[in-house]
Amino acid sequence: MIQLEQVTKTYPKASRPSLDNVSVAIEKGEFVFFIGPSGSGKSTIIKMLLHEVAPNKGRIVVNGKDVTSMRSWKRPAFRRSIGCVFQDFRLLPNRTAYENVAFALEVIGKTKAVARRVVPEVLELVGLGGKEHRYPQELSGGEQQRVAVARAFVNRPLILLADEPTGNLDPDTSIEIMRLLDRINRTGTTVVMVTHDSNIVNQMRRRVIEIESGRIVRDQARGVYG
Amino acid sequence: MRLKYVLSEVLVGLWRNVTMTIAMIITMAVSLTMLGASGLIYVKVAEMKELYFENIEVSIFLETEVTEEQKTAIQAKLDADPLIESVTYVNKEEAYEIVEEIFRDSPDLLSAIGPEVLPESYRLKLVNPQEYQAIGEQYAEIEGVDQVIDKSSVLDKIFKLFSAGQNIALVAAIAMAVAALLLVANTIQVAAYSKRREVAVMKLVGASNWFIQAPFVLEAVVAGLIGSLLGLGALAGLKVFLFDGALRALQGLFAPVSWGEVLLAFPLMAAVGALISAITAWVTLRFYLRV
Repeated sequence: MIQLEQVTKTYPKASRPSLDNVSVAIEKGEFVFFIGPSGSGKSTIIKMLLHEVAPNKGRIVVNGKDVTSMRSWKRPAFRRSIGCVFQDFRLLPNRTAYENVAFALEVIGKTKAVARRVVPEVLELVGLGGKEHRYPQELSGGEQQRVAVARAFVNRPLILLADEPTGNLDPDTSIEIMRLLDRINRTGTTVVMVTHDSNIVNQMRRRVIEIESGRIVRDQARGVYG
Repeated sequence: MRLKYVLSEVLVGLWRNVTMTIAMIITMAVSLTMLGASGLIYVKVAEMKELYFENIEVSIFLETEVTEEQKTAIQAKLDADPLIESVTYVNKEEAYEIVEEIFRDSPDLLSAIGPEVLPESYRLKLVNPQEYQAIGEQYAEIEGVDQVIDKSSVLDKIFKLFSAGQNIALVAAIAMAVAALLLVANTIQVAAYSKRREVAVMKLVGASNWFIQAPFVLEAVVAGLIGSLLGLGALAGLKVFLFDGALRALQGLFAPVSWGEVLLAFPLMAAVGALISAITAWVTLRFYLRV
């Protein structure tokens, strides 16, 4: 599903590469944690998988498509097969939970009728049934992240990328979000999550890839934080 | 629904930043008025050139002591010339009548001259008026001919004046267009900034580039079109108050500006206004949104 082949990325003006000759293969349906200290290059991987940053060397293949050679005009279609969740939720403050999710559908050309059918379903799935018409500031952090997960998942993407999704949440809420991501993973969606949260990694017991100074130092099935 | 979404975004966008929108529209309107005016002058000058040169008349003035033989020879040569359509002979009395007509406000001048000092002349109508220069060369050197005169040098001066006017209008149009362009770029940046969250989400979930850009580009195009409408109004005002009003006395000299010509300037103004706005907005977005 995801292949990184000897990927190297050095940002301009950086003294050392963010990623140094990294090779990883992730199968369809896997749940993978990328862990490591700040600045180790974890987030760069997410950005590369989104075709936001291009590597200097190496090849990245996502869902059978070579992202490295992808032209930028193909990026929108490519992104529709990937869901994404961030630490800061990235919801639109002037839209309700329902509207936030529906917006993501409508801007890629789905009709309002489709949104009316699909959005309540996915909000129910993430456990926000009954809170569709609340605005983000009327929801707790955990609930806001659930809206973001709903938005990422509403198109049934093949891959869900999560960049420190629990970074702004307390431990209990974090575990709820993890249960949700686990449920999404069980539907066959590949989940790639970047995190610092040792607690969560230890509880989930999934594949752990540890990165330090741009190199993979550990790749362990059913791993722990370290 | 997508069309409705785009259109409502356009209106909201124009209204959100209404002072900037107005500035953009006014600058655009002035620039397009100048452009339209220069287009009109261009068309008029071409029309007038045709009109004047069609009717250009060449006069051959004879020396005062011309002999009858010389006159017969010239007359014969003129009659035989295939370039000449018709010849009118003007004798001293007729010449005096013309001078009387021209200088009727200066009786002192008239009393100082009599018919006898005026030269006789031939007034020629040419088959092809563009060939007036050939006539001049042919007849100037013949015995008994004083000089061959056509009005081309006077006309050239008038047309130079018009061209200068057209150039000034064009330069003003370009200067204003640059200002309009910068305002469009600025307005689009502000609009894109105020919608940065929406744009970020749209990019994230894979909205197509045209869908992200369309509201901004259309916003600029609508402003450009409103500007060209105002420009059309300004041109109509110019026609009514300047050409039909203040410059009415000169209408014998100028070909009048018709409503049809004013209206014909509109597609030019609208196309230029819309195109400049759209391209500026699009280029701005490419840098600003990196889509």
